[in-house]
Amino acid sequence: MSGPLNSPMELNSQIPSGPLENKWDNFRFENKLVNPANKRKYTIIVVGTGLAGASAAASLAELGYSIKSFCIQDSPRRAHSIAAQGGINAAKNYQNDGDSIRRLFYDTIKGGDFRAREANVYRLAQISNGIIDQCVAQGVPFAREYGGQLTNRSFGGAQVSRTFYARGQTGQQLLLGAYGALMRQVKSGQVTIFPRSEIMDIVTVEGAAKGVVVRNLLSGKIDSHAADAVILATGGYGNVFFLSTNAMASNVTASWKAYKKGAGFANPCFVQIHPTCIPVHGSCQSKLTLMSESLRNDGRVWVPKHKNDARPPSLIPQEDRDYYLETKYPSFGNLVPRDVASRNTKEQCDLGKGVGPTGLAVYLDFADAVNRDGIEVIQQKYGNLFAMYEKITAVNPISEPMRIYPAVHYAMGGLWVDYSLMSTVNGLFVLGEANFSDHGSNRLGASALMQGLSDGYFVIPYTIAPYLSATVPGQVSTDCSEFKAAEQKVHARQNKLASMNGTRTVDDFHRELGHILWEHCGMARNEQGLQKALELIPALREEFWQNVKVPGSALDLNQSLERAGRVADFLEFSELMVRDALAREESCGCHFREEHQTVENEAKRDDENFAHVAVWQNAGEKNTPQRLKEELTFENVAMSQRSYK
Amino acid sequence: MSIINLKLKIWRQSGSEKGRFREYQSGPISTDMSFLEMLDVLNERLTLEGEEPVAFDHDCREGICGACGAVVQGHPHGHVKKTTLCQLHMRHFKDGDSLVIEPFRARAFKIVKDLVVDRSSFDHIISEGGYVSVNTGGAVDANAIPVAKETADQALDAAECIGCGACVASCPNASAMLFVGAKVSQLALLPQGHPERAKRALAMVQEMDRQGFGNCRNERECEAACPKGISIRNIARLNREHVKAFIS
Repeated sequence: MSGPLNSPMELNSQIPSGPLENKWDNFRFENKLVNPANKRKYTIIVVGTGLAGASAAASLAELGYSIKSFCIQDSPRRAHSIAAQGGINAAKNYQNDGDSIRRLFYDTIKGGDFRAREANVYRLAQISNGIIDQCVAQGVPFAREYGGQLTNRSFGGAQVSRTFYARGQTGQQLLLGAYGALMRQVKSGQVTIFPRSEIMDIVTVEGAAKGVVVRNLLSGKIDSHAADAVILATGGYGNVFFLSTNAMASNVTASWKAYKKGAGFANPCFVQIHPTCIPVHGSCQSKLTLMSESLRNDGRVWVPKHKNDARPPSLIPQEDRDYYLETKYPSFGNLVPRDVASRNTKEQCDLGKGVGPTGLAVYLDFADAVNRDGIEVIQQKYGNLFAMYEKITAVNPISEPMRIYPAVHYAMGGLWVDYSLMSTVNGLFVLGEANFSDHGSNRLGASALMQGLSDGYFVIPYTIAPYLSATVPGQVSTDCSEFKAAEQKVHARQNKLASMNGTRTVDDFHRELGHILWEHCGMARNEQGLQKALELIPALREEFWQNVKVPGSALDLNQSLERAGRVADFLEFSELMVRDALAREESCGCHFREEHQTVENEAKRDDENFAHVAVWQNAGEKNTPQRLKEELTFENVAMSQRSYK
Repeated sequence: MSIINLKLKIWRQSGSEKGRFREYQSGPISTDMSFLEMLDVLNERLTLEGEEPVAFDHDCREGICGACGAVVQGHPHGHVKKTTLCQLHMRHFKDGDSLVIEPFRARAFKIVKDLVVDRSSFDHIISEGGYVSVNTGGAVDANAIPVAKETADQALDAAECIGCGACVASCPNASAMLFVGAKVSQLALLPQGHPERAKRALAMVQEMDRQGFGNCRNERECEAACPKGISIRNIARLNREHVKAFIS
């Protein structure tokens, strides 16, 4: 193993001074602003049009900046935020049940198992209320009470009802709100959209992000775009597992290119495995479908008490059922955080108590809720989720309990950012799921929508200003040599991939990579398995570059080629993820190292040695990346062993 | 679960060449698969045989992004009601069935390749007024303006539109009235949308015409094809909003 090529990058989180409650105010007051007349001189590239990207592009355009907005889909409205079901948290305390900014902050920090930054999370909680106001003003039809007021439901990891929702399609309604705001700016000329465009590289000039190289997915044409700052809002990398709840096109490519250009990658091993998804049906399955966490408000999770009990659920009497979450965690019951629920489900299935044809499923039962509230009330709350379940499985969840199993869902890890959401590359900002900042090692339900919109509507419009005010606009054009060199590299790689004429398809490689990761870097990890993965992944990568088959031309709409590029990057990124899991010799949140557990099989943190963010610095192709640390300090909460009992 | 084999007649078209149907055997298909997974299986085989796979749009595969869609046996998204193509499962077909699969066809949806069409005309319509013109910041408290539950529910019924274009593909006139009606209704129902309701209805309808969509002839095919079951009452509401705006 040779040493790193670069000197270690600087990790200054730039947390503002003052007490926690005043930090965001202090930041905004001390912040340098850009004069309204000067804003129009700056061009900003925003990659991605999900909640974070669309809200950022719209809000920055409203301020007067010129925006170029890129997305991989045929329309910005289709970004994967659209699929978020359950809801969005805010500390409104409309229910009078004891919520407050401080409680939302505390629940989020604790839910994340004390691996997130206090100042960022507090800001998120402060901003949460404004998001709901903004969305209502846009015409987002949130659920209401008969008196006309907004209603709430509960989600995992909280004992208050703070989740706002629009049936089971909250993400869709919030995204269409942000998309509307974006299209309004398209009409005004402040935003130019580039749909069906994939980022192939980030271009830096003298260490600062100045643009992107883009492939037009229809024509295959490679183009460069220059700007004064680049914002990545490209979502998470859960698809590295092949099967996940992510959309098919979700990928790590833009983040990975940024990493190669010097952006630190933080906590890549923190991947959320969501407890309630529809179980895998067969080897040709292409993706997994989530059943919203909100179902755990009324659904009870259980397995048969005895191993290999093959009776249909209706014939298993109460005394032969094990409601394992309620028994083990009496105060939170079925609403324990996602990592806890997933791990316990795996444990039951490993004990041979799983149900369904594969034994890899547990029941989520609504019978008691229906008896208590009536079918109508339950249908009104979850009707569309029940319909979705029935469509996929041909089973009606009212007449027979749902079968669910955990699936890869969300990446807490992502590019490292400071308080301003700037990565370790100057002028490269990272928003939403693509960054690492707010969820620690486990995200609570209904917090992803909150973070995406917080970053886009209310954080970046302020935090980009100091960087821009110190930058002369329009300094770099796409004629400069850095762009030409990047374009050439992209061309070379596209042509190479398009000429590969091996014997295995791209999906075949992707599926195998997914198996390796699910097996060795999934819900439970150990040193031996992770070491094994570190042998298997490079071998698979090597085979990919010898033996993949990509039909069609690079100068055409070529979906095989698109996937090949993304899988090639997953094959590199996955190694970093495994390396990170190996180096973090503790259990925390989603990251469960079998060597580190309490006597009750709960995650056992090691705060003395691992209360830090692991930030990986690229050291070139032939060298092992370097692991740096951002120490986390907790001045406002006591770090406790998480207990939901 | 059982295994079926299907005969597929799929529209193939690339670049400026004229499209045509090509016939394929599906090979063994599990009835638990979705329609798109069936196409995946076909594409894996075509790839290994050295033929270009069938291009089709898809992303979330859970019926909400609106990316997928093709006409199967004359029905946009297939014959099962309130279902997108990605949520259409193969248990709805029988062994030996012969399926004709073609892209959504409309003047305003140009065919890009195989089953992929260009629906950017929908984005153009939205950019003309499918929003409330509020900037970020400065919104009043979310509970300051009460909205009756029934009104919020109706607005959400309309807002469920996923912009897939099945309504256009099913309409003999290739009209986008259901798409436009859904957005105009959502924002006309909610108090937040009232200040711009007249302007919105006029501008969106004008853009719809400009993009080359036809007019509504009350065929109701759109409602039947809509994977979200959006009601043609929204078209009636659009007409009312448009007439009111026109004469005011």
